[in-house]
Amino acid sequence: MLTVVVVSVIKALIVIGMVLNLAGILGWVERKGSALIQDRIGANRAAIFGFAGAGLVNTLLADPIKFLTKEDVIPRGVDRLLHTLAPCVALFPAIVAFAAVPFGDRLRIGDMVVNLQAVEIDVGVLFLLAMTSLGVYGVVLGGWASNNRLSLLGGIRGSAQMISYELAMGLAVVAVVLTYGSLDFQEIVRRQGHMIGGWIPAWGILYQPLAFLLLLIAGIAETKRAPFDLPEGESEIVSGYFTEYSGIKYLMFFMTDFVEIAVVSAVVTTFFFGGWQVPFLASEGFVFPWGWSVPLPHVVVVLLQVAAYMVKVFIFCCLQVLVRWTMPRLRYDQLMWFGWKVMLPLGLANLVVTALVLLWIQG
Amino acid sequence: MEQSISVLVTFLLVGTLVAIMVSIGWLLGPRTETPAKGEAFECGNPPSGSAWGRFPVKFYMTAIIFIIFDVEVVFLYPWAVLFDRLGWFGFVEMLIFLTVLGVGLLYVWQKGALEWD
Repeated sequence: MLTVVVVSVIKALIVIGMVLNLAGILGWVERKGSALIQDRIGANRAAIFGFAGAGLVNTLLADPIKFLTKEDVIPRGVDRLLHTLAPCVALFPAIVAFAAVPFGDRLRIGDMVVNLQAVEIDVGVLFLLAMTSLGVYGVVLGGWASNNRLSLLGGIRGSAQMISYELAMGLAVVAVVLTYGSLDFQEIVRRQGHMIGGWIPAWGILYQPLAFLLLLIAGIAETKRAPFDLPEGESEIVSGYFTEYSGIKYLMFFMTDFVEIAVVSAVVTTFFFGGWQVPFLASEGFVFPWGWSVPLPHVVVVLLQVAAYMVKVFIFCCLQVLVRWTMPRLRYDQLMWFGWKVMLPLGLANLVVTALVLLWIQG
Repeated sequence: MEQSISVLVTFLLVGTLVAIMVSIGWLLGPRTETPAKGEAFECGNPPSGSAWGRFPVKFYMTAIIFIIFDVEVVFLYPWAVLFDRLGWFGFVEMLIFLTVLGVGLLYVWQKGALEWD
């Protein structure tokens, strides 16, 4: 009992540390990446003893300290309780959702078997969908509590956008669940472990390419970033639902964005790119189809898997940063048209075709 | 039991983290009141009254249509998990269900509830 609690605490701390650090590093990737795309230098001013570390000092140390020591302005007309609650409601489900995704296989320490998944439940997919759906409350509460027309517009825009794209996301996930017949993330990842013909990893993208596209696009829409950044729309409504936020609360909304990017990347990785699976790596070490094999100790295998998961997640995070800085913003009618009239029918068609193919395979 | 413990532990830890973050900003930041700072930010114009009023009904309609289709997706999950055992029978059942809701989507589409101008 006590060991279970201790192990759970350690795993949860690992995942929280992972996602917070990832959010910090993504802040740097985003600033430097946007600078690269826009032919600028980007963050390079803050330095410790003359060491600026290509802007890393800026984003990892100077920015958080500045956010922490800024005044938390609460305008007169706002609903004070909801105004404080909104950033918490936004950040909480994002981090918890990330915790539901497994970051490695089972780790054996002596007699104990540790399942490397912080929220260790067998209906992880449902848990994840429930948590990502809660994200909309942060947006709508922030927009409503601020008592500002621009915030309110951002809030209702955001909620309508998020619920519209949640449908396509849900349908894409149903198709994946149909393929693997399980709601357990670990089970889904394990099913992607073998090789097709000994050479090609049996990752989900080979079975569900359309669901991958739908999930990625809907995921980017859920994170409210360009080309779907209408809730923030800085050229029209200042900063959307967090116009009236400053200091640490602003940072919390800002972090929510990055954590949500990490969640989308983690889910895409888990469903379509084998999660923690490393090609040719079995539980005893590498086994290559041309006959070589490299036996490895258990701990090294698990560490390699965790590293593979993190690398895959990071690649998808970078892809989303790239998408954000290279795409123009959609118009609101285009956004709704795309969500309801393209993504939703495509998701339904994908589902029916998947079911038909599965029946055909079963005979 | 182990499952609930892991959920509970994660909720508690993340909840504490979020609470600490909110209160740290309140503790460390300066606090000064000026008349201009307390105003709602409307690009420098004096704010024109409260924002808690009416907003376009289109958003409300989107929310209602969303509920219908989201419940549809929820019904799909148990079906997807048990698909192997249900076979053709389950497929046809679900196809009828999807057709009914597909007709609903077409109706909403034709009525122009998904149009934004």
